[in-house]
Amino acid sequence: MKKDFIKGMTHGIPIMLGYLSVSFGFGITAVSKGISALWASLISLTNITSAGQAAGVDIIAAGGTLLEMVLVQITINMRYSLMALSLSQRLDKKFTTPHRLAASYGITDEIFAVCAAQPEPLTPAYMYGMIFVAALGWVSGTAIGAMAGQLLPIAVTNAMGLLLYGMFIAIVVPPAKKERGVLAVSLIAVVISLLFKYLFTAVSVGFATVICAIAASLLGAWLFPVKDEGGAEE
Amino acid sequence: MSIAIYIFVMAGVTYLIRMLPFTFFRRKITSKFLLSFLHYIPYAVLSAMTMPAILYSTGDIFTAAAGTIAALIMAYFELPLIVVALGASLTAFLTGLF
Repeated sequence: MKKDFIKGMTHGIPIMLGYLSVSFGFGITAVSKGISALWASLISLTNITSAGQAAGVDIIAAGGTLLEMVLVQITINMRYSLMALSLSQRLDKKFTTPHRLAASYGITDEIFAVCAAQPEPLTPAYMYGMIFVAALGWVSGTAIGAMAGQLLPIAVTNAMGLLLYGMFIAIVVPPAKKERGVLAVSLIAVVISLLFKYLFTAVSVGFATVICAIAASLLGAWLFPVKDEGGAEE
Repeated sequence: MSIAIYIFVMAGVTYLIRMLPFTFFRRKITSKFLLSFLHYIPYAVLSAMTMPAILYSTGDIFTAAAGTIAALIMAYFELPLIVVALGASLTAFLTGLF
């Protein structure tokens, strides 16, 4: 139990470092839109999601309606439902309803990615450990960014923008080397993503991500069906 | 309108999106197609989120491209996550000096 918590914390450290830099940027943005450091930190603590928070702060700053807030959050964060569904298949027996209610708070892109890459079933303690360090990085980064954002050289904050994406690449590339299906799905997702970015620009980023993920995974499941749980056909 | 109400609505919606499928979906999926679909979802999501967004992540497409290439090479040699992440950032930073 304690061992799982510590393992989760260890696996969460790269996430924490990445979050520190990204939420640092969120803190700076929030303050520039007239939101205090305390409210910005509270937003980070209750949401832990980058794109959703950025859009939410825009709506708050513009004095938008609550309906708009609801619709935007659903669209941008819909991908978490898919991730939650995927993780729900890989939970240990220890995951009772209260644990599920608690751990679902921390299903982010990065936590999902690291959890999905675990070969063994997920325990609550493991997820709590990871969520704890990740949330710590996310909230403290927001607070520091909101209070002291202008102090770091811009070249450093700019370069820190790459941290999380670098981690994504490190998660995708090794299995893509081994499974043709993963390679194909990743390439298809990138192509569709490029189409949305440069051709079908009317679609919001959150919604585009959902469409990319579903389309690429459907094609992958059709062309490269997985043999049994975890492993895939060579 | 008070900012507290906005934050409450925002956090509530985000939580429900995560909580409902995680808590209430209990069946073991047996369909090979569905299992394959769920197996590929993480890689599809991460790939779509990374490209092309990574190229705009530093504010300069050249430093970002250098960092991306560095990350791809390090990931190919299966270096740990944190090494790849920091190495990509460092590459972008160093490229930016020139």
